Amino acid sequence: MGETGAVTRRGLRSLALLWRRARGLRVVTPFGPRTRRAALRLVFFAPALLLLVFLVVYPIVQTVFLSFVGPGGQPTLGNYRTVLSDPDTLNPNWFSWPPPLGTLIHNGLWVAIHLPISVLFGLWLALILRDVKGASIVKSAIFLGMVTPMIVGGIILQFLYESGPGIVPAFFGAVGIKSLDISWLLYRQTSLLGLIFGSIWLWTGFSLIVYSAGLTTIPQDYFEAAKIDGTPPLRMFFRITLPLLRPMTLVIVTMTLLWELKIFDIVYAAEGKTGGTAGSANVLSLQMYLYFVTGKYGPAAVVATLLTVMTLFATAWLFRRMVRKT
Amino acid sequence: MKRPLRRIRLRTVVVHLIAWSVALAWIIPFLGVFNTAVRPVSETTFGWWRVDSFHPTLNNFVTAFTQPIYSLSSGYRNSLIVAIPATLAPLFVAALAGYGFSRFRFPMRDYLFLTIVLLMSVPAQMVAIPIFRIMDTLQLYDNLLSLILLHTAWGLPWIILFMRNFFQALPLEVEEAARVDGASDFRIFFRIVLPMAIPAFASAGILQFMWVWNDFFFALLLIFSPENMPATLLVPNLARGAQYTDWGLLSAGSILVMLVPLTLYVVLQKYYIRGMIGWTIKG
Repeated sequence: MGETGAVTRRGLRSLALLWRRARGLRVVTPFGPRTRRAALRLVFFAPALLLLVFLVVYPIVQTVFLSFVGPGGQPTLGNYRTVLSDPDTLNPNWFSWPPPLGTLIHNGLWVAIHLPISVLFGLWLALILRDVKGASIVKSAIFLGMVTPMIVGGIILQFLYESGPGIVPAFFGAVGIKSLDISWLLYRQTSLLGLIFGSIWLWTGFSLIVYSAGLTTIPQDYFEAAKIDGTPPLRMFFRITLPLLRPMTLVIVTMTLLWELKIFDIVYAAEGKTGGTAGSANVLSLQMYLYFVTGKYGPAAVVATLLTVMTLFATAWLFRRMVRKT
Repeated sequence: MKRPLRRIRLRTVVVHLIAWSVALAWIIPFLGVFNTAVRPVSETTFGWWRVDSFHPTLNNFVTAFTQPIYSLSSGYRNSLIVAIPATLAPLFVAALAGYGFSRFRFPMRDYLFLTIVLLMSVPAQMVAIPIFRIMDTLQLYDNLLSLILLHTAWGLPWIILFMRNFFQALPLEVEEAARVDGASDFRIFFRIVLPMAIPAFASAGILQFMWVWNDFFFALLLIFSPENMPATLLVPNLARGAQYTDWGLLSAGSILVMLVPLTLYVVLQKYYIRGMIGWTIKG
């Protein structure tokens, strides 16, 4: 695992350097003395570029373009107006429980609840598991959720929350909380939160594994020296452990954020195409799909574009932070 | 001296207790699914934890595999038809490009590379409509070839990044010596670099295979007929038509679909984790 940590750091550093260099605009002479060799080198890039241009870049550009095109083919901002004024996107009563509050708010809640809990819980587990016998078994158990296809993850969540076969309602029934002894995913009060909390079960393994790998890269001497100096554990955590884990934190937070913004399979499997009762668990990516299958290509393209802008911001944030470090 | 020792011991006990109960809690849903899958549905309707009557059976698995429509045997076959080429092809294409990015200098190289890396964060929804149209035009809609092509392209950004970082870390001496001896770039790449890259291929390959196997959205977008559906797309349809949800069948199907990535993970854990940690995590 020590080796993997080194690879992580190397990868992070080279990316950060790259970002910096790209901003510095360094020009290299196009052709050396051996022009033929240079031309042949194009072959290394040609297949990748062809595939990327036709099946990724062109579709992206086309989607942006579509988002500005009206049903009659005329250029318009109407799609954006349609989407942003659609109660599915932002319910006028978005501050009142229960959902639907609008997909923007729902994705926001995913981030606000799921991100801190799964990241911090994973970190905490990684820390305590250092002193646990059989830690690798515990880690594997928690990591199972990451290996599970997300569509199966959604089905299992439905299974957990359904009244009858599900253990969650049965548990609340047994402890006497009758209001939660229901099929969680069918009710507006519980569907969204049920999925968000349930997904902590699926995703904590990620932060646990990356942090665990990160912890093994910290030389043990640091902790021992601090211990000899009588540093209290909490101070040790904030002064030594956390700063040294910073590259891992950046990657974990960004990847988790991207995962939450793009969340689709789980909601589709557990709540169906429409995102649950009255769309109470709907999210942006599912909303895009719904627009798409009902033939509203313009609004579908708008949702996709907005989603992409968000994910790009998250990624740019990661790069920025990494540059500051090196 | 005695007191701190005892305190440490108590702490150790508590930490072990917490860690193991978390692991247990994390396993419970899987236990439940497994338990439901291996029993007749009549026994688990009111909770798989009731074991007053317990008759283990493989019927659910057999049904999931052999039922006339939405059968997982065809799902497995389709998933493999897609996942194997959609793993090998991008590995090779990305190795070429990744090598290029790590060894050759040319104008705008770093901009180009950065752009490709940024493509990693783009959600699948962003390409959905045009891809649907392209595949329709090429008459590849509802054809597994469309999925192979799309996954090949879609996997490239992160594998290129991964391979470039790997090549960047390789020592240059051997390649330089070969170059002095007059070997061409291609010869160097195929004879010297590719054999050294096998561990990297293993790491990237296992992640890509799992990504393709686990994918749901692209399959939903491009595949329509039940006989062409990959396994992930079949699972939600397994119990379709039943008045109530047949959890026995659905659980068995879920386990069958999970089994492939799970086995890969267990067998190739070392490579999986390495691929995962090497920055190149996919969203």
